[in-house]
Amino acid sequence: MLAFLLRRLAVALSVVLTVSVIAFLLLHLSGDLATDLAGPEASPEQVARVRVEYGLDQPLMVQYGQWLAGAARFDFGRSFYFRESVASLLGDRIPITLKLGAIALGLALAVAIPLGALAAVKRGSWFDRAALAFCALGQAVPTFWLGLTLIIIFAVNLRWLPVSGNATWSHYVLPSVALGWYAIPAVMRLTRNGMLDVMASDYIRTARAKGLRPHTVIFKHALRNAVVPVVALAAVQFGFMLGGSIVVEAVFSLQGLGQLAWEAIARKDFPVVQAIVMLLATIYILLTFLADLLNAWLDPRIRVA
Amino acid sequence: MSTTSASASAPAAGFDPVPVRRSPLARFTKRATRHPGFMAGAVLLAVILVLSIGAPLFTAHDPYAQDISRRLIPPVWHDKGSWEHWLGTDKLGRDYFARLLYGGRISLMIGAATVLLSGIIGTALGVAAGFFGGRVDMVIGYIINVRLALPVVLVALAVAALVGTSLNTVIVVLGLLLWDRFAVVARSTTQQIAHADFVGAARAIGCSTRLIVFSEVLPNILNPLIVVATLEMAHAILLEAALSFLGLGVQPPLPSWGLMISEGKQYMFFSPWVITIPGVALVALVLGINLLGDGLRDVTAPDNRS
Repeated sequence: MLAFLLRRLAVALSVVLTVSVIAFLLLHLSGDLATDLAGPEASPEQVARVRVEYGLDQPLMVQYGQWLAGAARFDFGRSFYFRESVASLLGDRIPITLKLGAIALGLALAVAIPLGALAAVKRGSWFDRAALAFCALGQAVPTFWLGLTLIIIFAVNLRWLPVSGNATWSHYVLPSVALGWYAIPAVMRLTRNGMLDVMASDYIRTARAKGLRPHTVIFKHALRNAVVPVVALAAVQFGFMLGGSIVVEAVFSLQGLGQLAWEAIARKDFPVVQAIVMLLATIYILLTFLADLLNAWLDPRIRVA
Repeated sequence: MSTTSASASAPAAGFDPVPVRRSPLARFTKRATRHPGFMAGAVLLAVILVLSIGAPLFTAHDPYAQDISRRLIPPVWHDKGSWEHWLGTDKLGRDYFARLLYGGRISLMIGAATVLLSGIIGTALGVAAGFFGGRVDMVIGYIINVRLALPVVLVALAVAALVGTSLNTVIVVLGLLLWDRFAVVARSTTQQIAHADFVGAARAIGCSTRLIVFSEVLPNILNPLIVVATLEMAHAILLEAALSFLGLGVQPPLPSWGLMISEGKQYMFFSPWVITIPGVALVALVLGINLLGDGLRDVTAPDNRS
């Protein structure tokens, strides 16, 4: 197990490093940043001063080294736009996006796992078919459009919930539904398939044969085992949600990481964009690493691979 | 396939009915027409294809013609609607039905072009990894991991903002990002057949690696790749809509469904149909493609594995 852990850790770390090179190069090879920064009316001297001030006169390798060294300590330099450190900008926005992602994931799991389990138990019934049809339809709905439609229905017509902002808990309801929606079909299908596999296994037949009540068999014996791969999927989905929250935050004007990223891209505020790409990638890598470990811990066969 | 027909010619044992020998195409059509999801998807997609490609046949309006005196006319089922613009007009007085039809062309074109690009990249990487194994497999697996770690929407937005937004940018950026599932599927399916007897036989009679890959491996992994292609096409169409919605995808005055929703956003409180109509079109297209893809997976699955 230790060898497996170290090997996976080495891979995860080198993926983080590669992503950092991509994030850095992507935004640095795109032309002369200093000219952009100084503005269209700047004199050559002003451009030169900006170049020195932001360290853009250094060789690319040196700039990358400095940026990486800073990034390792969560210091991503200063924003081009706000004249504030990127780290403090991120610090303000991260809690909002994490909260949104956590509620969205919670909602998605709370809907998808029971539906998937029930669909498997009643395999082939109208309920199973309806659940699968719901999955197909669910995956076809664009997140931003779902968000706008939820606003029209629940905020404008029914007036149950606020349109946008992040002042209270009720402001998170609609964005979380919009963000969690896309994860429901995947989780539901996995739960359903997992349940079908488990229900066909010998130990479930034994449990049934010794006369346990059906719902004890289903919930205590079957669902517990069927849900194991779902935990790993949930970790990955959470990573996707943090990346996808950019669309939802734009729709609901939630001032989270996604909104910051979108605004930073529009303003060519590269240090902020780089930092957010790096942060989201690192979180994703960490989550998949933990999911791998969990799977390996639960299923020793994986450790050999 | 040849093995089943060989055993079929053996005397039928007991009560087994003698299997009828059918061509692969006939088998495919028979299975496909019995699959409700596949048929629903195929019909939905066919309707959208005919409507968008034959757009001039279904509307006399020019999707770019503005008429400021006829702004935001509601669809025909509203009191103030009229049959002249039966889906209404947008904020610049352009006919909404015409924009919807021509917008469908953009979605389909982006979906197809993106999948072509990402399919070539992903298949090449996946086949190389599965066929050669060892170090090659390790390096390509690593590249796949790096790609998966990059947040797609964010990277696509950033690149589009840097390179300049246009239809071609959207296609290239999405094509360069969405190859991961092709690679994963091509890799695992190639691994399964890389050591099959017919590959060994081809090698034994002196076929070059290129010939083996193109004439033995690729034809045998084509079915799962077509399934991936349909699902990724839906994915690309949804992403294009999201990028256009955020202002960094297809640019005005082109009619893209995501852009129509974005342009209608400020009017949605009093005229909700401006976002409902293109949204429903998007759902219908993506649903059609997904149903077709899921159906294809069942229909092309080896043997009756329903």
